[in-house]
Amino acid sequence: MISPIGYSHYLILSAVLFTIGVFGVLFRRNLIIIFMSIELMLNSVNLALVAISKFTQNPDGQIFVFFVITVAAAEAAIGLAIVISLFRHKQTIAVDDINLMKG
Amino acid sequence: MWHDIIFWILAVLCVSCALCVVWQRNPVVSAVFLVGSFLALAGLYLNLSAPFLAAIQVIIYAGAIMVLFVFVMMLLDLHHPLDLYFRFTKLKFPKLIVLLLFSWFLCTLILATAFPLAAPQTSQGFTISQIATLLFSKYAFPFELTSLLLLIAMVGGVVLAKKK
Repeated sequence: MISPIGYSHYLILSAVLFTIGVFGVLFRRNLIIIFMSIELMLNSVNLALVAISKFTQNPDGQIFVFFVITVAAAEAAIGLAIVISLFRHKQTIAVDDINLMKG
Repeated sequence: MWHDIIFWILAVLCVSCALCVVWQRNPVVSAVFLVGSFLALAGLYLNLSAPFLAAIQVIIYAGAIMVLFVFVMMLLDLHHPLDLYFRFTKLKFPKLIVLLLFSWFLCTLILATAFPLAAPQTSQGFTISQIATLLFSKYAFPFELTSLLLLIAMVGGVVLAKKK
């Protein structure tokens, strides 16, 4: 029989999602997919915050999720604008070819 | 009982969609899988009795942010050979080691905490009015700062993406 679902399950799920996001950031070449992986990581943190908010019976965690979603929206807008600008200059979105600041 | 079944279904859906996002070659298909993952997460928020956040998740993430992603993919018009842009970087061994160590570290930390394994079904979560009261009293200043952040993001996005 499977043990009943507790907060640890939610946190482990959150850790698994975060690890998948880190995998995407480390191993993909496409800048847009890297952005999607970052969104996945932010979402996993949101899940952990909601679970802990329910565990501690404290609504502050949900407010934090609200702020994280807002910051994620701003980050997606700016990041995609940078991608467009970069594509206009270099005609590529593969991270291996973007080495302007490598020095 | 239903709580457990729904959790397992949504967790499997969420993780498999996330894996598909990372493995897909075509970024548009990845975006669709990402929407699936976000919807499963919204279901998990409902399961954790946070209906407000579930609604926000569907509206902002699955709606606004994903539309932005798909629009940008359309704008970029990637007519280059797919293989050049949509494959993995060289699978370097140190990266894999770091990834495995990281996930192991996270899981041990979580299992070392004092969260009890059984979820109390009695707690009702928070009503939207409770969250709103907190947002406009204790967190009023960060809330106003958020509006400033969104304004900066809007101006920055326009300036960065504008044709010179």
